[in-house]
Amino acid sequence: MKHTSLFAVSAALGLAWTASLGQAADDEFDESVAVLRAVGGEGQGNEAAGQVLQRLAKGGVDTLPALLAAMDGANPFAANYLRGAVEVIAGNALAKGGSLPLVGLGEFLLNKSHDTKPRALAFELIRRVDAKAAEQLIPGLLGDPSVDLRREAVARLLGQAEGSAKSGNKPAAVLLYRQALDAARDLDQIQAVSGALRELGRKVNLTRHFGFLVEWQMAGPFHNKDRAGFEAVFGPEKKPDLSATYDGLNGKVKWQPYSTGDEYGMVDFNKPYGDLKEVTGYAQTEFVSGSDRPAELRLGCKNAWKIWLNGELVFGRDEYHRGMRIDQYELPVQLRKGGNTILVKACQNEQVEDWTVQWQFQLRVCDATGTAIHSAEKKNPEVAAQ
Amino acid sequence: MKKLLLTFTVAALANGAEAGDWPGFRGPLGNGVSDEVGLPVALDAKKHIAWRIDLPGRGLSSPLVVGDRVFVTASGGTRQDRLQILCLNAADGSVIWQRQFWATGSTVCHDKTSIAAPTPVTDGRRLFALFSSNDLFCLDLDGNLQWLRGLTVDYPNARNSLGMASSLVLAGGVLVAQVENDSESFTAGVSKRSGANLWKIARPKSSNWTTATVQKTKSGAEWVLLQSGRGIHAVNPKNGEVAWHYADGAATIPSSALAGGVLYVPSHGVTALELAADGKSFRQRWRSSRLRPDTASLLVHRDRVYSLNSAGVLGCGDAASGQRLWQLRLDGPFGGSPVVVDNHLYAFNEEGMAQVVDLSAPEGRIAGEMDLGEMILSSPAISNGAIYVRSNQRIWKISHKTQL
Repeated sequence: MKHTSLFAVSAALGLAWTASLGQAADDEFDESVAVLRAVGGEGQGNEAAGQVLQRLAKGGVDTLPALLAAMDGANPFAANYLRGAVEVIAGNALAKGGSLPLVGLGEFLLNKSHDTKPRALAFELIRRVDAKAAEQLIPGLLGDPSVDLRREAVARLLGQAEGSAKSGNKPAAVLLYRQALDAARDLDQIQAVSGALRELGRKVNLTRHFGFLVEWQMAGPFHNKDRAGFEAVFGPEKKPDLSATYDGLNGKVKWQPYSTGDEYGMVDFNKPYGDLKEVTGYAQTEFVSGSDRPAELRLGCKNAWKIWLNGELVFGRDEYHRGMRIDQYELPVQLRKGGNTILVKACQNEQVEDWTVQWQFQLRVCDATGTAIHSAEKKNPEVAAQ
Repeated sequence: MKKLLLTFTVAALANGAEAGDWPGFRGPLGNGVSDEVGLPVALDAKKHIAWRIDLPGRGLSSPLVVGDRVFVTASGGTRQDRLQILCLNAADGSVIWQRQFWATGSTVCHDKTSIAAPTPVTDGRRLFALFSSNDLFCLDLDGNLQWLRGLTVDYPNARNSLGMASSLVLAGGVLVAQVENDSESFTAGVSKRSGANLWKIARPKSSNWTTATVQKTKSGAEWVLLQSGRGIHAVNPKNGEVAWHYADGAATIPSSALAGGVLYVPSHGVTALELAADGKSFRQRWRSSRLRPDTASLLVHRDRVYSLNSAGVLGCGDAASGQRLWQLRLDGPFGGSPVVVDNHLYAFNEEGMAQVVDLSAPEGRIAGEMDLGEMILSSPAISNGAIYVRSNQRIWKISHKTQL
């Protein structure tokens, strides 16, 4: 055999061997990721996950984009395991004075088909290595599906708006604030922007921005003696028909309309019924969705509560007066096209301290980013559903 | 520095802690007492702050110390959903490693507290860190994640809108996590190796921020003494079975202290329970309504029991009888529990004022003060001649050493 032929054969064998090694490494990576993604509740799969994690954490920084991609669709346990590997790899590399694959991380960040959490993590990694590069990416994050990423862009706009306001350029300030408000999903930023706009003489409809539901039908009071009302099944749970009459705590009970003018959509049972104790109330409303779609019901409530969507219990919690805030509970649901009935049960307990007077809730419908979903016009649901 | 090498109890060493380490909430014995001597008393910021390091998030968990490493947790991000675990070099405060995870449970809590409220625990080889979101992590001391749990994912109504705070304890080789709240309330014995439940018992449906005490018997058996509004339950850490129940109620914020086979419980003031040598029973020894712990946990040292009331008054009682011996007004209020070192009590108030009380004085005497100028709600850690205390923003090392 000629030398050239020998060389060609050797080279081919070498390439094949290298490719084989690369394939083996890829297979091992995929198998390790599969083990992490298989971790389940109550610690199932933890022992195997711990072992493969040590292997993944020994990978080079070039594996970071793949580790981030492995988080797509992963359950929260797997996502945190994978984050554990990312943290070790990135931390070790930076501690040794190394760098991270900025292009790969940047391309991962910019690809919005990836999950929001690993994309936000990619941004954090970029910022750790090159703050300037991260800064340049921020303007493009204004409408990002990741709340954390869009927060960066909103903060930047807020700074620009404040600068315009200080320099006396009110029109520019108002328009910048409007853009910021449109993008903002975090309460602190929303309140900062709305406060600034109002100071500049502009109107802001926070109720609509958040998508709080303000039109309700109420039925009550029913009992909650010894906190038994939470588990008790009263008439509105059996038959939430708006024309129905139920046996309540003090006689017959009918649904009655209730509309809240509270900016943050507070639905206050004390208003129609008085400051009662050891009672249960119901509120229901119809939400018209333009399509079959996933959504979130986001609730704030300091009373014990249950929520049903179209007759199906979504969740319930028997905690009293431990605090309340907007989006305290984020409840994923599936809306159906057309009318959706939302039924809320709120129980007031026996406590008499002045911080236990509240018998109320606030509820909004939004997508996973917190962007409000508004009920379509009820008068003509066929048109609204288009 | 002179350091008295008193021998820790065999039981404490069996738990993995080495002499000088501070392996969990309120130290190696879980009662806030250190056997160190020679710590600075007349505190002076210029002389005694060895280092001060900014933290990447909030927290009121206590630091831990293993050898020359300090471990501390924090929660960052707009929604406090970034759970941080840091390892610092005790010599200079430099970060050896830092890990961040996502919270999988609720990060809603009262504004004053934070998601990094429970204190981690270590067996000297691994670090176990629990957060208010009920996320539980096991890392080796080099920061490698061994396993994790998301207890609110597993048990969706296990949460508290004010925040959770009970710290982890180790007993009988089992990690014990108290996840007690108004709804899905439980305590679990968790495998240190895998994080799986070894047992899980229903607990009173009531918010509870106390931390369990561990009784170690001479035979080597250990009992977990769970405190709640229903009193004290003595639980076998191997299987979760209850050996006895003191049913006369107890506080849900300050924790008990165990010393000399007697459990001093924040119950109707303070109630002293004499525990049987085998841990299988108890008898009530005394009760004093004149000692009234508020938020800070009880301390017992050299036959004296100490409590801090809501007015910031330090009460000293006779541990044998409960008789109140003296009171000393400190500058309160106190959100974190004090510690005792070398017969001096170190308390940090909520404004960040460190106060050192000489307990050898007939009615106690304030022997030192130092203003750190930031809200402090944590209990300090004591190790190798130094005090480590943290705020929402920083962690300090306080010692005679001023190497920086």
